[in-house]
Amino acid sequence: MGQAEVITPMYSSKDYKSTVKPIWCPGCGHFGVESSLFRALAHLNLPPEQVGIVSGIGCSSRIPAYTQCYGFHGVHGRALAAATGLKLARPELTVVVTSGDGDAFSIGGNHFIHACRRNVDMTLLVMDNEVYGMTKGQPSPTTPGDWDSKIAPGGTGVNPFAPMAVALAAGANFIARGFAGDPNGVAKILVEAIQHPGLSFVQVLSPCITYRPEEKFWKKTVHPNPVAPTRDPAEAGHRLLSDDGFTTGVFFIGDRPIYTAAVGVGEGSLDEIEEHLAI
Amino acid sequence: MNAAINSLDELLTHAHALEHEAVERYEELAGQMEVHNKPELAQLFHKMAALEQQHVDKVKSLAGGQPRRLAPWDYSWQTEESPESVPVGGGHYRMNPYQALSLVLASEERAESFFSGVATHTTDPVVRETATQFALEEKQHAELLREWLTRYPKPAADWNQDLDDPVSQE
Ligand SMILES: Cc1ncc(C[n+]2csc(CCOP(=O)(O)OP(=O)(O)O)c2C)c(N)n1
Ligand code: SF4
Repeated sequence: MGQAEVITPMYSSKDYKSTVKPIWCPGCGHFGVESSLFRALAHLNLPPEQVGIVSGIGCSSRIPAYTQCYGFHGVHGRALAAATGLKLARPELTVVVTSGDGDAFSIGGNHFIHACRRNVDMTLLVMDNEVYGMTKGQPSPTTPGDWDSKIAPGGTGVNPFAPMAVALAAGANFIARGFAGDPNGVAKILVEAIQHPGLSFVQVLSPCITYRPEEKFWKKTVHPNPVAPTRDPAEAGHRLLSDDGFTTGVFFIGDRPIYTAAVGVGEGSLDEIEEHLAI
Repeated sequence: MNAAINSLDELLTHAHALEHEAVERYEELAGQMEVHNKPELAQLFHKMAALEQQHVDKVKSLAGGQPRRLAPWDYSWQTEESPESVPVGGGHYRMNPYQALSLVLASEERAESFFSGVATHTTDPVVRETATQFALEEKQHAELLREWLTRYPKPAADWNQDLDDPVSQE
């Protein structure tokens, strides 16, 4: 234990928890992700009122209701747009976007790409269960094409989306993957992600035990990244494209310039602008 | 094998996190069971949380106050989380008392094995004595739970079948 960092506790996980009880199915991976997030915030000693947690819609997107931090439960797929506005208007806040694979990669796919490209300083935490949990089990962009279910007999036959490779290509500045069954490991990744400037993308494999019960066995499939993260996008791209999707750890730490709002002086008052726009 | 713990301060730091996280996880499970209308199981998990809280208080009094806190990933656990926490993914909204008690029993057994491992590998006699005492208390919990288990039937083969899935939609 010689090297361990001793924390002077000011906040503990429970300081970030609201009194609203999660309605997730017991056993859902999202519970593990929630624990990780609160452990990470406690480790960083961030006052809850200095953190904004923004989501879209989905089981995963319910986290803003379960926290004492500022929470914004937004529109399906649009969490990143709302969070971008929040961060640019209130740069002193730590902004974390909590989303699902449906919310972030399907209906929110375009926001995902352009949020990575813009590189605003915030963290995107996607709880990826390779299914739409909330709407009862439709395939999502990350569902394997041969996943056979009542709702998609024989599977969709479509290649799954590769979120980390897309994030890298689009310009995200920190890219990592965790597993919900390892909340301390995910907490460590989230601490690094929050501390790193720019858009940090963290994909957490989070089993949906109700519509994808076989995902319980992910705990036997995940394996740690044997190599240190790279700062070279070309090397990261090579690793991500040859990865099996179950490697956990940090893959890429970039130094791309972050986007901050250029606060200019507008021409004319609000009333004049309104007058201009009037039909 | 546990990483060697060779000072009382290190032992109490670990014991406090282990017991405290067990309380939090049992309370979380109790909340889940309340939400899913399983009052009997909610009561069991509240009861376990209260029992573990007694251990938290005992560790604090041995430490003479709040023990140190480490980064979550810096503890010497051999499990993903602290050993007495029911693992994420452990519960199910259709589990019966037998399954709930089995989860609790497994947690107590992991805690016992953690403390006996510390007692076996430490070079410090005070750590050995304290860890042996902690292991004994966990063993007593485990024995009680094994006895409770005999009172409940094992789950039926189709225990997790549900024609009306649990999630609400938006
Ligand atoms: C505009 C709009 N379209 C569709 C929906 C229906 N809807 C709600 S949640 C959801 C998918 C959620 O899946 P995911 O983001 O993967 O989260 P999970 O529930 O699996 O955690 C959909 C399609 C909606 N609420 N709003
Ligand atoms: S439906 Fe799936 S994702 Fe939603 S709460 Fe249940 S287990 Fe979790």
